[in-house]
Amino acid sequence: MKHVIKREQLRPDIIQTIEELSGQDIKSCYQCGKCSAGCPIAADMDVPPNQVIRQLQLGFVDEALRLKTIWLCASCETCTTRCPREVDLAAVMDALRNIAIQKGIRSPERAVTLFNKIFLSTVKRYGRVFEMELIGMFNTGTLNFFKDMTKAPKLFFKGRLKLFPNFTGRKMANTVFKDVKRIKSSGPEENSEPSKGI
Amino acid sequence: METTAGSKKALKFAYYPGCSLHATAVDYNESTLAVAEALGIDLVEVPDWSCCGSTPAHCTDELLAAALPAKNMIAAGTVADEMLVCCSACFSRLKFAQKHIEEKENIRTKLSKIMPVEQAQSIKVRHLLDVLVQDIGVEKIAELKQQDLGLKVACYYGCLLTRPPKVTELDDAEDPCFMDDLLTAAGMETVPWPYKTECCGASFSLTRTEIVLRLVADILQMAKEAEVDCISVACPLCHANLDMRQSDIKKKLGLKYDIPIFYFTQLLGMAFGLEQGKLGIGRSLVDCKELLAAKGIK
Repeated sequence: MKHVIKREQLRPDIIQTIEELSGQDIKSCYQCGKCSAGCPIAADMDVPPNQVIRQLQLGFVDEALRLKTIWLCASCETCTTRCPREVDLAAVMDALRNIAIQKGIRSPERAVTLFNKIFLSTVKRYGRVFEMELIGMFNTGTLNFFKDMTKAPKLFFKGRLKLFPNFTGRKMANTVFKDVKRIKSSGPEENSEPSKGI
Repeated sequence: METTAGSKKALKFAYYPGCSLHATAVDYNESTLAVAEALGIDLVEVPDWSCCGSTPAHCTDELLAAALPAKNMIAAGTVADEMLVCCSACFSRLKFAQKHIEEKENIRTKLSKIMPVEQAQSIKVRHLLDVLVQDIGVEKIAELKQQDLGLKVACYYGCLLTRPPKVTELDDAEDPCFMDDLLTAAGMETVPWPYKTECCGASFSLTRTEIVLRLVADILQMAKEAEVDCISVACPLCHANLDMRQSDIKKKLGLKYDIPIFYFTQLLGMAFGLEQGKLGIGRSLVDCKELLAAKGIK
């Protein structure tokens, strides 16, 4: 990578947001690479996990937020479990994903973000996951209409696929989604203290 | 030996099945209920429970990811002091929510505006495997054994059951053995193998199928090299990937495994002599009837 690192870039305010969201100290990482060595998905990522932390350490936050890596992380917690500096990298990935969504940054792994969105919308609507609609909407959204469709009848006859949603948990989920939206819109002043760089 | 179950108070749990156990993992639900009944564990379903939010929630919004589990834990607290979870992913999300509420002031104060968070914190979240080993005990499992299955099993723990250990507070994260202990007590042979905690790709099954096929093929290959009859799992997502994706692995990667995948509760249930119909045997896509017939398991 060819990059010029300016002094003022080294610790932008957003790093503090990432550290607060994840509860991690980005500086703790000493780049041993153990996270990337154990990551089951590292081979499919554009940048291995340890280098995501390195980008943050050097202030390349915008670049990090646009990586495929943050969306390909399966949250399997291998890195978190093995890190000798006890950096919870999976939590950092979560923070980066949350921020990328808040900022409306276009995900390079559209299928993954679309799936997440549809998943949550079905949970909001029915209270529990409704697989038929989830897969149907996902396939429509990715224009891959027949993906995994041969599995549906098999699963149905094995009693593992329901044709209709279950509404039992609807009230609970509905309340949670509504309440979370309310406290998020009402209390931005609490978490936006003036951030101090170094 | 008699101290294990008899002298202890009756085991009662608020049972949180999670979405999968009411759909693609209906066999896990059936076998859990059957085994719990055989062991005298009282399960009361969490009233009107909802989804825990799973991976999409924590990828999207940390507040939502804590709020959904918290609300379910509060509901669970109305029926029992401890909550029983079978799905490793739900288990992980519930435990994570408790940890985040405890450690992150921002989440705690915000959630306390919309729900009594201290109630969510007071309930103990337990995974079924842990309850069977700690509360029931392997001696009791051995006592209940009715038939020798004669199966050689690879116990597959997956990621979220033991990782990260600070959250799950269960067995060793790199080499867990508690599922092995249970199945050994029930008369099965379990093998040491290197992929017991490797990731199966979980929710990428739909979104990045080719990654999941590669990961699952590796796991199946290792199990094959360990010369096992079947794989035992404790998570509906592991089961879905290992079972449903075998035909795709054959088609796309040209690798044929045909290794039957069971939930550990199904194996325990069969060892206890419970009816296969009650354990959801035969609902998986990879045929297991042939193996069971060859071993003379009824």
